[in-house]
Amino acid sequence: MSKKFLKVLLSSAMTVSMLAACGSGGGAGGSGSELAEGDTVKIGGNFELSGDVASYGTAESNAVELAIKMYNESEDAKYKLEYVSVDNKGDAAESTTAATKLIEEDQVAFIVGPATSGASIATYQVASDSSVPVISPSATQINATMNGDEVYPSAFRICFEDSYQGAAMAQYAAKDMGKKKAAVLAETSDYGQGLANQFIETFEANGGEVINSLKDGSYNAGDTDFNAILTKLSEKDFDVLYVAGYYGEAGLIIKQAREMGIDATIVGADGFDSTVLAQLAGKENLNDVFFTTAIASGAPTEAQEEFKKAYIEEYGEDALNMFSYLAYDSVMLGIQALEEAGATGPALQEALEKAEFDGLTGSFTFDETHTPVKSVLVIDAATNGAETNAEVTVK
Amino acid sequence: MSKKILSKANLCWMALSVAVYILLSVLINFRIISSYYTITIYNILINIILAVSLNLIIGICGQFSLGHAGFMCIGAYSAGVITKMMPNLGGLFLGVLVGMVISTVAALIVSVPTLRLRGDYLAIATLGFAEIIRIIVMNMKITNGAAGLSGIPKLTTFTLLFICMVISIIIVCNFTRSAPGRACISIREDEIASEAMGINTTKYKVSAFIIGALLASLAGALFACNFYVIKPTQFNFNRSIDILVMVVFGGMGSMTSSVIAAIVIGFLNMILQNFSNLRMIIYGVALVSIMIFKPTGLLGTRELSFEKLLKRKERKS
Amino acid sequence: MTQFLQQIVNGMSLGSIYALIALGYTMVYGIIKLINFAHGDIYMLGSFVAYIVTTKLGVGFFPAMIGSMVFCGIMGVLIERVAYKPLRHATRISALITAMGVSYILEYTTQLVMGSEKKTYPVLLNNSTFQIGSVKVSTQQIYILVITIVMMIVLQYIIRHTKMGRAMRAVSVDENAAKLMGINVDTVISFTFLLGSALAGVAGILVGVYYNSINPLMGMTPGLKAFIAAVFGGIGSVPGAMIGGLFIGIAETMVIAYGSSLYKDAIVYVILILILIIKPEGLLGKNEREKV
Repeated sequence: MSKKFLKVLLSSAMTVSMLAACGSGGGAGGSGSELAEGDTVKIGGNFELSGDVASYGTAESNAVELAIKMYNESEDAKYKLEYVSVDNKGDAAESTTAATKLIEEDQVAFIVGPATSGASIATYQVASDSSVPVISPSATQINATMNGDEVYPSAFRICFEDSYQGAAMAQYAAKDMGKKKAAVLAETSDYGQGLANQFIETFEANGGEVINSLKDGSYNAGDTDFNAILTKLSEKDFDVLYVAGYYGEAGLIIKQAREMGIDATIVGADGFDSTVLAQLAGKENLNDVFFTTAIASGAPTEAQEEFKKAYIEEYGEDALNMFSYLAYDSVMLGIQALEEAGATGPALQEALEKAEFDGLTGSFTFDETHTPVKSVLVIDAATNGAETNAEVTVK
Repeated sequence: MSKKILSKANLCWMALSVAVYILLSVLINFRIISSYYTITIYNILINIILAVSLNLIIGICGQFSLGHAGFMCIGAYSAGVITKMMPNLGGLFLGVLVGMVISTVAALIVSVPTLRLRGDYLAIATLGFAEIIRIIVMNMKITNGAAGLSGIPKLTTFTLLFICMVISIIIVCNFTRSAPGRACISIREDEIASEAMGINTTKYKVSAFIIGALLASLAGALFACNFYVIKPTQFNFNRSIDILVMVVFGGMGSMTSSVIAAIVIGFLNMILQNFSNLRMIIYGVALVSIMIFKPTGLLGTRELSFEKLLKRKERKS
Repeated sequence: MTQFLQQIVNGMSLGSIYALIALGYTMVYGIIKLINFAHGDIYMLGSFVAYIVTTKLGVGFFPAMIGSMVFCGIMGVLIERVAYKPLRHATRISALITAMGVSYILEYTTQLVMGSEKKTYPVLLNNSTFQIGSVKVSTQQIYILVITIVMMIVLQYIIRHTKMGRAMRAVSVDENAAKLMGINVDTVISFTFLLGSALAGVAGILVGVYYNSINPLMGMTPGLKAFIAAVFGGIGSVPGAMIGGLFIGIAETMVIAYGSSLYKDAIVYVILILILIIKPEGLLGKNEREKV
């Protein structure tokens, strides 16, 4: 009896493996569909709504929701947009799952998000397999959109690459500010380490000296006590401090450094760009603090002002930061490409590649790595660029 | 001997796993279910390996470990680094092997001194070790530091994953029924008494710990080659808790319930993804209420056993 | 040398916070043998309560401190009654998972209500820096250390010299025997949670004032480190928790000062593992032999 049983088992197993072999050939890749005016189009949001980096994800998800609402209310809206939001917890694996859900279940035209690089990169392969573009508002990691030497066809980002901002600030500090000795503090994340490494390289290439290494200049996201690390730095002599991290920790570093009597110029990147920075650091401590960013929120353009007003009305002042502007632009870019292409899938992807976009965070086109070419502003944190700001081009 | 291996109960198990395999691969390959469900199934299979291996340490051997994510981390990074250099199945195989060697060494370093500890102290010590592993990974060049590895080739296929899961379950179940496994159970029940009976408690605790760590590192390798990207933050304390929850949710000491719990939690997680704000609150409430109303887990220590079913059938007829 | 002394000061203010949280851990663990993972989140709640009453009602530091002590104390008792009491005789693992569940509920409910963005405190304590020799000390650092020491003394008094304190000690030695002696065990345990949680509330407002930054997930890491501090000092011992907290704070600071800042968290775990291997009962703990 058992022999017969075994035979049945084996033969059925073989049949299945054969079936599996033919099955795997078909059904790959989405081809997209044509859209008519007035069609309902779904847009996916894949964000970090819970977990450690929820504040960034929430700021972006809010902005996406608002952008879609504003578009639907505008008179010349070509399509009816619908927002589908999924939480990825800030985890790369969950992010892959979330993107798959948006693509397969909800059939979205394009996905905005995630906010962090790791979670974004985790979605690029599945998105490229089915030709659904992912527009990452803030995936700044170096080579994030690259799969080896090739670009992921469906991966787009609208922020600076870390290396670009780091180099811009290093050059500005060394050349324009005339700084000679720099100290570096960096968050132990791809963002912080990427920025800091580039800053050190460019600063040294411009004839400056960096007095510490990242080995004794790193902190974790969520840290609140920087007294130890700052005390150690204060023993040494430097005239500029580069803080590679986000406003949450940077604000406290500025406060504790100033209270300790460190009066060197403090510089940073677009992670500083939030109203929370001034609250954390205290207005009186924000003297001689500069950062690189894409917009001067202290001297807003009309479009920025309009978005800012609508955002604050909806979500309050605290939640508004650089991430919100970038996420808004991501949606607007996607919509612009959607209207140009009149279709989803590869046609939309092509439209994105060729897009000439003029948004809140600057006008840009994509280079061959799907990263925007836009200019960096260096602005004064005390006024957020209301009075002076300098445009830097990296040489 | 051969008669024993091909016993009716074992054949039933074989039939069950082949049937599940056939069903799932038909569903996946003919795209009857979307790739969203497919990815959830992959996730569940990886979680089954993790849950079963942790159940061996906690449920069978009674050693409360909170460091499973650390071993998973070692496996994931070994496979990630090696498959990036050799993007084929050979690379994955080598990655798994290297991961297992490192995990064994790490498990030895962890277990020999700490397994003297008991209960909560052991839990905290293993948690500490897992965090140390994560911090080391975060500061190494080869692992690309905090940014993590990206562009890992997707080598995990359904067949491979399913086979690994079945093998893991077989290893754990057979270990449980072997002499060392019985020794582990006696340690769980009463360590001092089993020591008095002449059982070398350290030896058996360490061996259970190492087998668990090996399987966790296998799961880590499959995880890395399924999700393209791995970052040190994915293997933090919360990951260990997630695995622990599967073990306790199902019922400690029962492999069947670990499998079922991994499946239930996998689908629960899939549904909760849509309730972004509330998901962790719901998860928390679920944990608390299950522990209050059913502290032994869903199935307790009951196992699905074809042997018993067959015997019952025979008795009836 | 200056740097060394300055780092000691830095470490002590960081350590005082750990010590305050560790006091709660050590009491709860000492009495019902539960690693109350939600304790770190009670501390987070304390800082949020103080944030709300100071910004919305505009009260000063000390009323806000009392407010968060009361709130946290009540929350602690509620959590104990609802979540932990039914599990008092269940396995350790079930209790621990319940604690994790409670911790998730507290964190994410706060995030839902207050948002995930960091919040900043208004100025509650004036902050001036003065020099002692070449070392800079701020008034806030002194406040933190003094409040921590006062709290420890009060707690020690309650445990050593009041009737309730004696009852607490009795329950921690043998619950059943205590019951036979006419002690209401439930009340005693609730009281323990009340005290421990109130202290976490104090830690919460001190952190808010000193660092000026609070968020719903802030309790996780300090909570874990405080537990390690409690283990280091000897579970159940009040002065032990204090010493443990200060030691962990100073050790962390010293690693940053003379080693690599990348390993500051690793050192805490290394200390933990070493102490568990060398002296598992902790610095001031009592060595309990396992009974057969």
